Amino acid sequence: MTLQFLRRLSLPFFSLSLVLAAALPSRAELFEAHDFTLPNGLQVVVIPNHRAPIVTQMVWYKTGAADEPTGKSGIAHFLEHLMFRGTKTVTPGAFSRIVAQNGGRDNAFTTHDYTAYFQNVAADRLDMVMKLESDRMANLVISDKVVEPEREVIIEERRMRIGNSPAALFDEQLETSLFLHHPYRIPTIGWENEMHRLTTQDALDFYHRWYAPNNAVLVISGDVTTEQVKTLATKYYGPIPRRAVPQRQRVEEPAKVASARLTMKNPRVTQINWSRQYLAPSYRVGDTKYAYALQVLAEVLGGSAASPLYKGLVIDRTLATSAGASYDPNMFDLATFGFSATLKNGVSVDDFEAALDGIVKQALEGGITAEQVDRAKQRMMSNAVYARDSVAGPARIVGMALALGRSLNDIQSWPDKIGAVTLNDVRAAAQSILHDDTAITGILMPGPTS
Amino acid sequence: MKGVVRLAALLVPVVLLALPAHAVTIEEVKTAQGITAWLVEDHSVPVVSMDVAFRGGAALDPQDKAGIANFTADLLDEGAGDLDSTAYQSKVEDLSASLTFDVSQDMFAAHMRTLSANATSVFDLLRLSFTAPRFDDAPVARVRAHIIDGLASAEKQPNAIAARLWWKNGFADHPYARSVRGTKESVAGISTDDMRAMMHDRFGKDQMVIGVVGDITPAKLKDMLDSTFGTLPDHAAAGATVETQERAPGEVKVVAMPIPQSVVIFGENGIKRNDPDWYTALVVMNILSSGGLTSRVALEVREQRGLAYSVSASLNPLQHAGVIIGQVGSQNARVAQAIDVIRDVWKRMHDDGPTAKELTDSKTYLTGSFPLSLDSTGQIAATLVSIQFDHLGIDYLNRRAALIDKVTLADAKRVAKRLLDPAMLSFVVVGSPENLQGAQRVIPGG
Repeated sequence: MTLQFLRRLSLPFFSLSLVLAAALPSRAELFEAHDFTLPNGLQVVVIPNHRAPIVTQMVWYKTGAADEPTGKSGIAHFLEHLMFRGTKTVTPGAFSRIVAQNGGRDNAFTTHDYTAYFQNVAADRLDMVMKLESDRMANLVISDKVVEPEREVIIEERRMRIGNSPAALFDEQLETSLFLHHPYRIPTIGWENEMHRLTTQDALDFYHRWYAPNNAVLVISGDVTTEQVKTLATKYYGPIPRRAVPQRQRVEEPAKVASARLTMKNPRVTQINWSRQYLAPSYRVGDTKYAYALQVLAEVLGGSAASPLYKGLVIDRTLATSAGASYDPNMFDLATFGFSATLKNGVSVDDFEAALDGIVKQALEGGITAEQVDRAKQRMMSNAVYARDSVAGPARIVGMALALGRSLNDIQSWPDKIGAVTLNDVRAAAQSILHDDTAITGILMPGPTS
Repeated sequence: MKGVVRLAALLVPVVLLALPAHAVTIEEVKTAQGITAWLVEDHSVPVVSMDVAFRGGAALDPQDKAGIANFTADLLDEGAGDLDSTAYQSKVEDLSASLTFDVSQDMFAAHMRTLSANATSVFDLLRLSFTAPRFDDAPVARVRAHIIDGLASAEKQPNAIAARLWWKNGFADHPYARSVRGTKESVAGISTDDMRAMMHDRFGKDQMVIGVVGDITPAKLKDMLDSTFGTLPDHAAAGATVETQERAPGEVKVVAMPIPQSVVIFGENGIKRNDPDWYTALVVMNILSSGGLTSRVALEVREQRGLAYSVSASLNPLQHAGVIIGQVGSQNARVAQAIDVIRDVWKRMHDDGPTAKELTDSKTYLTGSFPLSLDSTGQIAATLVSIQFDHLGIDYLNRRAALIDKVTLADAKRVAKRLLDPAMLSFVVVGSPENLQGAQRVIPGG
């Protein structure tokens, strides 16, 4: 599950809660997108949409929290905040002020794998935001004077999102069991003890190591033409020199040979929250041939009102108040497949697990039908048309995919690839990852803190 | 710095950035059965979005049935006509549509999104929801338990506790003091007969506001609206909510909880949407506290002092009262300082108003950013409903920029004085705050 940390709260784009239905796939067959690369290596994508005179600019850096040096957890996200704190020509805080003065909105977010910055503006302000965004790609200037209070800000962000939330604290602990060695085990926002010690130099080191035109993707979506974007991108981003950027090579996750059960009690929890997670292939790593079938599997098992998890556990047997499956292959390294549920009060974990195990066992032993698979595929493919119903949405889908090293073709072929998934593929995918002898089960329950 | 001047030059001249009128053309559609809807026809994507709102929300719920509107909304997609819960929801899914129902204090709303090819079938499901909901025992019991579980969970959530107490302090016995979801006790006592009566009383054509956007013609929409809502009563029988005004006592109340960050809800009296000073107040509040990271409050609390990640306050215009409500989260050792800074920023705005530059910048932002929210058919449909709900007129999108632009510095100073009173700001703090002067410790009731 990818947690996104935003510079500013209140954007509806990304939900921090577990996605109970199947993870949102990239849906893109239907929007027109063109790409080209500047001589300095900056990849540029244009997604024309002339419904309204507005545009979205996004810059995606191919780096995130999983690329942080040991002991510097949180520095990728801290740098994202500091990118608003001044350049050689823009004073601290002026970036967002200038965007706002031009009637625009801006924000940024960080995950384990990428860091993205965006502005939504009237189409005639595109020139202005491209000038601003390109400026901070190469000219960041920060000092302790702005870094010190901003460090307090990110620690307050951690207190708000994690420290105040038993569920979020527990999720952090679960991730450390799921990933034995890979940096996905470290929270994107950072461990608090390390965040207190992050310095101006740490941020600048990360910036100089990873932020370069040849390690970024520029996406412009909205009321523009490819020619316009070529001219502006060449003018503003073109002069930024290419720089040597290290290979994104994270440590490899060793084989998992044991399962684990984590429990946490907290007096502020009122219902048992149960989850089980398995390591799974992403689009890029592991048994990638299953990346599409696993999306269909999640949709079949938990993505609909008639799905075995929802109908079986919530409606028919009334053991849970919510239940679902989640899978998101949009990771640079290994992904996770998971089940989660909120147990009905009075239901024991043993009774719930017996029922869930039964459903999963049935799925593994041929219980999934061709009709279930076809319905799931149909829903997933039909929903792809809604991706065209906005300017900002396609920019996020395309930007994320390219930042993860995928291509426009990969995105465009998503509906075909989903359409080609067979019942046998879904069964084989389920059998390849749903191994309870290496699963991580989490049980967050009411009770006094120990 | 000379570079700053260079970038600043990009800002001149300041122009209005509102969408040209042709970008969103609203047509009023009137059906044979007397239903009125606003339509923005757009055939560029094969999608139709519709928002339907009935005036009157949770505030109309009787005290002993508090939460009935919300409970009913949660059941409208749990079976209707011949379709039980699973059959209904499966049909919505197979049509790749979405149909949701929700309730606020002043509104009961339905949100529909469908592929235009499936529109007829999805309108028909909506008809079933409004005219033939099943309220079968199993989904009623399940949803009732789910709401009660949610209310129990909210009693342990710092943000929910703070907000609940803030509204209770301000509105005493008025319905606005209550949660839209009611109480555990009231929800336990609501019957399906109560729900049917509530629907009959409230869902009259005269209370309906409809916004439709996308790939549908006026003729087809008329047919759909008549077949979907034609049988609803012409007039609703439900009574009205009484006028009220938050009586902000200017206190600081603390609910003790062992968490690392104190969560604060604060605010005072605001103004209603139909107040002649509305646009001036919108500009003043944008400068003070609702303008994201560039607001004065964010600058002082977050950027300069690092006292919080999130801090903001904005106008919340209800139909029968206006309030300003805000939130901040700050570590226990520094939350008292955050509150002091907020009071101080409030006082300075009250005393001196904004600067001429702040006024200009804010007006440019408010006029320029508005069209950005018209990004999808669903967002435009929601805007059409809110314009009608507030009686702003079908030409509002064209007039809005001028209404904001004509706000003068003198207006802004006058309204800042009228609106903002640091002595009336009331705070509810949930956490373990240190050194908070004059705070009153409370234990929240249900």
